[in-house]
Amino acid sequence: MKRYRVKIEPEECKGCGRCVLACPRGILEQGTHLNEMGYAYVCVTKEGCIGCGSCFYQCPEPGAVTVYEITETED
Amino acid sequence: MTEEHVKFGKSKVFFDTFERRPGPIKKNMHYCPGCGHGILHKLIAEAIEDQGIQDRTVIIAPVGCAVFSYYYYNCGGISVPHGRAPAVGTGLARALPDDFVISYQGDGDLAAIGLNEFLQAANRGESMSVFFVNNSTYGMTGGQMAPTTLPGQKTVTSPCGRQIENDGYPIKVCEMVNTLAAPVYIERVALTSTAKIMQARKAIRKAVANLKERKGFSLVEILSPCPVNLKMNAKTINAFIDEQMSRYFPLGCFRDEPESKVKHYAIRPVHDPESVKKVLFPPKLNIGVASDFKNQSKIFENERRIKIAGFGGQGILSLGIMLATMGKLRNFNVTWLPSYGPEQRGGSANCSVILSRNLIGSPVIDDNCNLLIAMTQVALDKFMHELKPNGVLVYDSSTMRVPTHIADSHPVFGIKALDIALGLGSLKCANSVIMGALSAILIDRYLEGADKMDFDRAFEEAIIDCFNKKPEVIKLNICAFYEGKKAVRF
Ligand SMILES: Cc1ncc(C[n+]2csc(CCOP(=O)(O)OP(=O)(O)O)c2C)c(N)n1
Ligand code: SF4
Ligand code: SF4
Ligand code: SF4
Ligand SMILES: [Mg+2]
Repeated sequence: MKRYRVKIEPEECKGCGRCVLACPRGILEQGTHLNEMGYAYVCVTKEGCIGCGSCFYQCPEPGAVTVYEITETED
Repeated sequence: MTEEHVKFGKSKVFFDTFERRPGPIKKNMHYCPGCGHGILHKLIAEAIEDQGIQDRTVIIAPVGCAVFSYYYYNCGGISVPHGRAPAVGTGLARALPDDFVISYQGDGDLAAIGLNEFLQAANRGESMSVFFVNNSTYGMTGGQMAPTTLPGQKTVTSPCGRQIENDGYPIKVCEMVNTLAAPVYIERVALTSTAKIMQARKAIRKAVANLKERKGFSLVEILSPCPVNLKMNAKTINAFIDEQMSRYFPLGCFRDEPESKVKHYAIRPVHDPESVKKVLFPPKLNIGVASDFKNQSKIFENERRIKIAGFGGQGILSLGIMLATMGKLRNFNVTWLPSYGPEQRGGSANCSVILSRNLIGSPVIDDNCNLLIAMTQVALDKFMHELKPNGVLVYDSSTMRVPTHIADSHPVFGIKALDIALGLGSLKCANSVIMGALSAILIDRYLEGADKMDFDRAFEEAIIDCFNKKPEVIKLNICAFYEGKKAVRF
């Protein structure tokens, strides 16, 4: 079974909420803290990312969202 | 043990940090939160990366929110005046047929001020892909009514809603282009749900692949959120696009020519270049050099960038033409770019001349200048900073003084060009005096071997070429040239 991890860069997120709306697992949430640009950035609040990439393609910022695939290696 | 690798992440076609963006924010784009431009930029970057054409792609963006897209893309980029991207793209695609041209235009841009250029380029089937961002408004200027604003839609210039009786109907660009014979691919997509964004991704990849395969003209219209001007949030703007815009502008593929119907684009000159040369530039000299002559001088190994500045009437622009002509007669690639005020005489004037053995990317000089010819104090003050360290300064010492610190860091030559020209009976030949001085400086300081012999002749040929058919003027200017040669003090 493949596992995935999503990372939102607090300093690059503008808090537009597009990823929050689009995540099929509902694991992203609009935060309450403001970043240096003055936006309430989004936080990952739950486990269970399925690596669908929806948040990445919805996000207008080039580097705010990264989705990683986690693979188990022997030993 | 576990290993992580990036499944979805920032494309390599973007700069890592956006150094070109002014101000402290270097990781983010300048677009508003939730703006469709950002979503689209990522799709285009990914497509360019996957096609492996980053180093030959040029993204042309006219005025509109995306005019600064060159802050972000690490590939070729040109910002152009409102509506002119397809015109500039046409020139680019024809002059540099190995490049891949993307025209990135807003709806205010493409469907209003630039509609003609766009339609003509589509009709000619130019080798380019157009990404048309329809956000139903003039975003950059604060949300005015665009040609694509929906009936009844409120904007700052249609506060009671667009009225068909008064403002006409929204323009359906894909449908219009679909009446033309040449385009090979036309599709309309929307940046709303992830499924629709994936469809947009497919269309954009296709349009970029078409570039690589030289299929001709592709158009993708993208219904795109401008939440700020439409005063909506992520949810309501998606609903607006899906429920209202898409009803008027139906999504889907309008045309995708099968391979058998595509005429692969290749530059096919209608006239053979040699005969065009003969008609436009008939040989004026019997003593011209062989057509494969290459000046071997070391100083011309690299591109040479020359700025000439003074006021109108001093022959600034024609001095530039003479230098460019000299280069042309010796088989360099040359550019000559004049810049002058509205006045015919007396206003400030300058021109940039580039001589190169290779392709010249841009005719603009605003730094790294090798030679500055300044004919007024104002011109010197204005352009001195463009001169490279060790770049040569030639100035008119009959009217100007050069601060000593400049002479400490640059080779500086003062020529009494206006005085000498006056002595010869016409201020107009001051530019040929400067040419003479240049020749002396080049020969003494920079040229070697056979070049030394060739150079005066090259200059003379240029003068004759430029003052074609006016023997009196040629004579005066050749005289001025040799007076200029004598006037240089080393
Ligand atoms: C010749 C000219 N006319 C008008 C303007 C003012 N202007 C700047 S951006 C713009 C509208 C851009 O709208 P659009 O093409 O839809 O781009 P958007 O910002 O919506 O992405 C206008 C009219 C200009 N810069 N140049
Ligand atoms: S990749 Fe898919 S599941 Fe994972 S956070 Fe993004 S949208 Fe949610
Ligand atoms: S889509 Fe991007 S910018 Fe918008 S809230 Fe999500 S991570 Fe932030
Ligand atoms: S004004 Fe509209 S189109 Fe322009 S950056 Fe903001 S949201 Fe995007
Ligand atoms: Mg617009």
